[in-house]
Amino acid sequence: MLVTGSRKGIGRHLAETYVRRGYIVEGCSRGAASFEAEGYTHTEFDITEEKAVKAWISSIARRHGRIDCVLNNAAIASMNHVLLTPAATANRMLAVNVTATMLVCRDAAKVMMRRKYGRIVNFTTIVDPIGLAGEAIYAASKSAVATFTRILAFELGGWGITCNLFGATPIMTDMIKGVPQNKIDAVVNGLAIKRLGSLDDCVNVCDFFINPLSDNITAQVVYLGGVS
Amino acid sequence: MIDQNVALEIVLSTLRDAVHQNGGDAAAVNEETVIVGPESVIDSIGVVSLIVDIEQRLEMEHGVSLTLANDRAMSQRNSPFRTPSVLADHILATESEEIAS
Repeated sequence: MLVTGSRKGIGRHLAETYVRRGYIVEGCSRGAASFEAEGYTHTEFDITEEKAVKAWISSIARRHGRIDCVLNNAAIASMNHVLLTPAATANRMLAVNVTATMLVCRDAAKVMMRRKYGRIVNFTTIVDPIGLAGEAIYAASKSAVATFTRILAFELGGWGITCNLFGATPIMTDMIKGVPQNKIDAVVNGLAIKRLGSLDDCVNVCDFFINPLSDNITAQVVYLGGVS
Repeated sequence: MIDQNVALEIVLSTLRDAVHQNGGDAAAVNEETVIVGPESVIDSIGVVSLIVDIEQRLEMEHGVSLTLANDRAMSQRNSPFRTPSVLADHILATESEEIAS
């Protein structure tokens, strides 16, 4: 199992959970590993670098001979009004959230194809369907991930690879620590289930998508909190 | 560096497997068999599989890690995947670029 952005937050929780359950987990981030566990290997690199992604996947394929699951969690966000957003911020968000997701999917799928089996879960956000002001670029990048994933499901389905999306509500991680509390409260109050998401909510959805029995579940999105 | 003959043989054998799986005449595959174009012996998904299989074989059998569908390849007027001999040349050129970068 590959987990991107595994140094902290949702990614770290996913990596720790699945390695505890006996998965061999390969994680990555721009920084050093924040935890150690038997069965977990961490690689530091910039996920927007095409050659670095290919080298990572190649190393995994050489050492393990297979890739079963990919959880594309790595992402960046920057809550800011569009009129005050520099191009560099927008470009970096698109590079990390969209292009890097594509690169990992592409190179991991090439390995998955050998065994005609794979489970790809890409991460999106409720700020896309709810249209949260202040998150236009972030929401646009995740909307791109959603469309990419839905079409990817059709491109890879013939090789037994499913591609689905997990859409998070606000979860108390570093990603939202700079967001004003009143804005978080407003989002939560608009949900059917009026609470913050939890790290285990993420695991719950991923469990369903990566289950070998879910071989007929693809091109789907599950949002937390009742968003659709 | 991959040898020219090795690259060509990988392409030919992988293409023969693909043609055979599609019910075609694998024995008829040669250096000038059309891979991409109106008279291709495999369909577009077959081309995708072929390229991926060749990349995987280069990596597993020779430790050479290449992305054959790179910027240069996808922007050429004439496809570098159009025949086994052209594709073998493309493999060598891509490997040279990779070493130089």
